[in-house]
Amino acid sequence: MSQTLTITECLECDAAVPWENDARVGEILECPECRTELEVESVEPPRLILAPEVEEDWGE
Amino acid sequence: MSSAAPRLGVLASRVRFEEKSILAALERRGAACLQIDPRALSVRAGSPWAGPRTVLNREVGHYRALYAASALESTGTKVLNTTAATAVCGDKWQTSTALVARGLPTPETTLALTPEAALEALEQLGYPAVIKPLVGSWGRLVTRVTDPAMAAAVLEHLAALPSPQSHIVYVQREVAKADRDIRVLVVGGRAVGATYRRSDQWRTNVARGAVSERCPLDPDLTALAVAAADTVGAHIAGVDLLQDPDGRLTVLEVNDRVEFRGLQQSHGTDIDAADAIAALLIKEAQA
Repeated sequence: MSQTLTITECLECDAAVPWENDARVGEILECPECRTELEVESVEPPRLILAPEVEEDWGE
Repeated sequence: MSSAAPRLGVLASRVRFEEKSILAALERRGAACLQIDPRALSVRAGSPWAGPRTVLNREVGHYRALYAASALESTGTKVLNTTAATAVCGDKWQTSTALVARGLPTPETTLALTPEAALEALEQLGYPAVIKPLVGSWGRLVTRVTDPAMAAAVLEHLAALPSPQSHIVYVQREVAKADRDIRVLVVGGRAVGATYRRSDQWRTNVARGAVSERCPLDPDLTALAVAAADTVGAHIAGVDLLQDPDGRLTVLEVNDRVEFRGLQQSHGTDIDAADAIAALLIKEAQA
């Protein structure tokens, strides 16, 4: 069962962004305040970057 | 943890529900696995690659997925799905021609080499019809046209786009259907599960808000989905189908890096889509 492990600040609005303890590098988190998409760049130490914009050829 | 280099890799720049589930399933099975970010990947032609010998391609970008598969295969790495399957699945025209060549039911489709030729092709297909980009997913830029004036406007916009590929126009006769389509997940030649994807919009992509509901796998649906996946050479496939009011099934497309969140959630614990993919990856690594 995942539990909140840590909290990082949103790079856009500084709001608190909670992380689950099973987060993985490359996972996308959404800021609960401004809805900005943030990418997990590093789990240890915890570090977020702005997620890339969706590109035209993205999909499945 | 073993000190040996992982024999398995999962290639993904964006870790969604699916990638996270697959990585967790591989860990539960005790498989040492390396998560590979293709944004940091480069492969020198003719040189060996020190990475895993079997790689699951889960890259979200089609072109990056296609060329990553090609680059890794050039080093002797086994990639699921293969470059060939990714090329066919990622291009709607190639998918259509493969399905037609196999004799599988699929909507009547025409490729027009210019927007002007597309208007004439639409006249022959009849309205309503659907204009789709050759490459793209999630229903993006798929446009339903109901008359020549609307089609001319859409095609004028296509002609104004800078990419030469945008001027190659894929047009398809609209299939009368209920407010839903069907997604079948096929892994290793076996149908793992199916969902109806229901929407009050005409596009029934989950990415556009469609709701997934469990769909029973009957023999006809299973056989057609497995045949479609086999036709495009996909070990792992999300086969999208429509059923007309008379019950006839037709294959719309085959997705090579299939999203299965809705399918998994609609089945609860009755199926484990990620584990099915993990099991296939491990089996292929041992083959």
